[in-house]
Amino acid sequence: MKPTDTRDPAYYHKVVDCQWACPAHTNVPEYIRLIAQGRYTDAYMLNRESNVFPGVLGRTCDRPCEPACRRARVDGKPVAICRLKRVAADHRGEIADRLPRIPARKNGRRIACVGAGPASLTVANDLLPLGYEVTILEKLPEAGGLMRSNIPSFRLPGRVLDEEIGTILDMGVDIRYGTPVTSMKALLAEGFDAVFVGSGAPRGKDLDLPGRREAGGVHVGIEWLESVSFGHVDRIGERVLVIGVGNTAMDCCRTSRRLGGREIKVIARRTRQFFKASEWEIEDAEEEQVEIVVNHSPRRFVVEDGRLRGMEFDHAADTVFMPCDDVILAIGQEAAFPWIERDIGIEFTREGLPVVDPTTMESTLPGVLFGGDAAWGPKNIIWAVAHGHEAAISIHNRCSGVPVTERPPQGMNLVTQKMGLQEWSYHNEYNPAARAKMRHMDLGERLRRLDLEVELGFDAAQTAREAERCLNCDVETVFAESRCIECDACVDVCPLQCLTIAPDGGEEGLRPRLTAPARNAAQSLFASGALPQTGRIMVKDEDVCVHCGLCAERCPTSAWDMQKFELRIPYAGRPACTTKPEPASTISR
Amino acid sequence: MASPGKPPVVHPALERNALGLTLRDYEGSMSTLCAGCGHDSVTAAIVRAFWELSTPPHRIAKLSGIGCSSKTPTYFVSGAHGFNSAHGRMPAIATGANAADRELAYIGISGDGDSLSIGLGQMVHAIRRNVDLLYVLENNGVYGLTKGQFSASADVGSKSKRGEPNPMAPIDPVTLALALGATFVARGFSGDKAQLVPILKAGIAHRGFALVDVVSPCVTFNDHEGSTKSYVHTRRHQVRAVLADFVPPAREITAAVGDGEATRVAMHDGSVVRFVAVPQNYDPTDRRAVFAYLQDQRGKGVIPTGLLFLDEGTPDLHEMSATIDVPLARVPYEKLCPGSRELERLQEEFR
Repeated sequence: MKPTDTRDPAYYHKVVDCQWACPAHTNVPEYIRLIAQGRYTDAYMLNRESNVFPGVLGRTCDRPCEPACRRARVDGKPVAICRLKRVAADHRGEIADRLPRIPARKNGRRIACVGAGPASLTVANDLLPLGYEVTILEKLPEAGGLMRSNIPSFRLPGRVLDEEIGTILDMGVDIRYGTPVTSMKALLAEGFDAVFVGSGAPRGKDLDLPGRREAGGVHVGIEWLESVSFGHVDRIGERVLVIGVGNTAMDCCRTSRRLGGREIKVIARRTRQFFKASEWEIEDAEEEQVEIVVNHSPRRFVVEDGRLRGMEFDHAADTVFMPCDDVILAIGQEAAFPWIERDIGIEFTREGLPVVDPTTMESTLPGVLFGGDAAWGPKNIIWAVAHGHEAAISIHNRCSGVPVTERPPQGMNLVTQKMGLQEWSYHNEYNPAARAKMRHMDLGERLRRLDLEVELGFDAAQTAREAERCLNCDVETVFAESRCIECDACVDVCPLQCLTIAPDGGEEGLRPRLTAPARNAAQSLFASGALPQTGRIMVKDEDVCVHCGLCAERCPTSAWDMQKFELRIPYAGRPACTTKPEPASTISR
Repeated sequence: MASPGKPPVVHPALERNALGLTLRDYEGSMSTLCAGCGHDSVTAAIVRAFWELSTPPHRIAKLSGIGCSSKTPTYFVSGAHGFNSAHGRMPAIATGANAADRELAYIGISGDGDSLSIGLGQMVHAIRRNVDLLYVLENNGVYGLTKGQFSASADVGSKSKRGEPNPMAPIDPVTLALALGATFVARGFSGDKAQLVPILKAGIAHRGFALVDVVSPCVTFNDHEGSTKSYVHTRRHQVRAVLADFVPPAREITAAVGDGEATRVAMHDGSVVRFVAVPQNYDPTDRRAVFAYLQDQRGKGVIPTGLLFLDEGTPDLHEMSATIDVPLARVPYEKLCPGSRELERLQEEFR
């Protein structure tokens, strides 16, 4: 097997499953340690560096990190990463003095962003400190995009959103509310150095069934949520049918519950395994007595005397009628670009999405970039943030005369955690605690008003315990083969049978014959070069290593060491490293 | 933070033996020996051997004397019976325990100091009595607990950590045991578990005294250049003279050693040990030939390892003493000690 090249930051990065899975590569283990130390402001700022909206994401993120979490493979439940992030946001102190300084003298470059959602705001966040002038054009009277209009305030209080958006706007964004862009051609004519389109996927899909045109009381989910958010709608009928299985459907049914709905059903065509909504959103809806009905396909809207009476559904071989006062359609949404002329060099796919380079975020028209839901259709806030960072790099490259395809490389740093013979500077003890449960506002209380936040956050004891569930995957097991005397101490002590000293062989041959067979092919095998005494190799299966440090503790020659890995992520105007990264092998020796 | 012990978490796919126990269930406390000590590897091999044999932990008795080696019973099978005796006196305690309960699996752990100096007189009598005991001699050539003086097993010319060569001839436990009539004689290396684990399993199955001399380097005081008991030296000079394969009773023979040229020796419990010897015409049941082979190799500076000699025909302590099948510990007290009137009657017979 080819010796693992640990000089490539990607190897150790992949071991940190949560960080690897996060589109913005948030340094999760480090911020969890900071929270455990009560350093909430530091934890918040570390988050903000990569994900820009820790308070928002700590409540609303789709959490790609959690299914990836190694803890789930060890005891079944991932660390409550997302809710810990909220702890940092809720308890942080003043951050004004930690924000980047905005130069008074501008660099003369002007950037336009269409839509004031998370993607555009991230672009502004990255470019303003470099002296750019950023103009954001927003059709609504407030900033935030779908974070504002589509996420109900009982999940995301307006105060949290205002604060985090305000931080960016206060850097000096020229924001123009109530300014829908109606022509890309006209916008380009204004002479901006680059245009970033972060206008989201604002068009809710309709359900064109018999009776749809005649029926009043049928709403398109995201439009209805927007109307609720801006106070245009504050009532709904007692009986509501919500069609759809995504998070928008969950937001619609729960919002209905707070606006007078008493008998609310979410109707799905198929069974639960096909639901797109996050598991916890479904749980919360059911806790609020929303009924979820599966295997019912909408057939028609039943309208009598011009009034909506209900809907008919196909269910097995039968037709089922369900009476209702209102129907909310939450069957998906799409990006729409009626305002972009098709003859100006911006190519679109057959589905009506722009052709966008996934690395540079640039469209086929140089200087015009897309990000967030506008680029590839509905994803999540964290993706929009990741796109924003990449787009900002592209814009900065373009304005500095560097090809946009020339991406600044990631860097890394490794620092030993050894404090003494059996002493480490991180908490290496495995805590067998079960995952903490979120506390919720009392059911009777929470439905009284729309803007009462349901989730109360973790208390101090929960936070302390949950933080200790983190396995510190970023404290990496670093191996220096030249020092190994093949005494087997590490192999023998490893509580999870991760290590093997074996005759060399191909990875496929090695996987089944390790101390514990390495069946999870998604997880890497580390392979050393030939060991000095016998020429065999050291193999580590990364799959369920709990980073307890015992291998390094029982190693007589310090061939194993526990070293904290820090991924250095490049941002616009801030390269991760100015020189080539030092090889890990020399750092460890 | 310092490590208080192994985390109470196991590999999700960890295998279970016939008793439903995992390897972790056969572990003991965390070792407090030096990191990299060969003894810890021997411990790991013992854990694996008992796990593979599915021996119920409470049917194991582990005994030791004094020394680094004698600390190791703490580090395996927490659920076993245990006894830490005085220096060199483990064989006596083991003999007594075995006399009282012949049904337990006995494992005695000793070292070169404990066995070849203060306890030499003890060990040779346990061999003579053929006590049913697996006797593991963790041999590193130095007194580790007293900072590395040469022990009685140090080779002539082997250098101490300060560079002084050892002038005195060593006591070799393997040839000593053979000369005394031992019924199971093996040598292993802590760095070669593939060979050691089957030897330990066979030693547990053997009825009688099983000596396993294990070269187990002292990483702190005897792992330097010039030492003949270092990891490097042992790896360079070890010769796997005999490959042994332990086949438990009623198990299909699918193990690593090919059956073609294998010598098979049936054990009393129905298991089988199969040998493939590297030297031509090596017969692991011919005591004189094995002795001659070992004498021959000694002059060449190689360290022959493997299950070198096996004799299942010699009676063990209980057979020699014609004790009853039921362990004496389970015989009711009245029967075991019938009282002074019975004693008088017995003595009367000799008057």
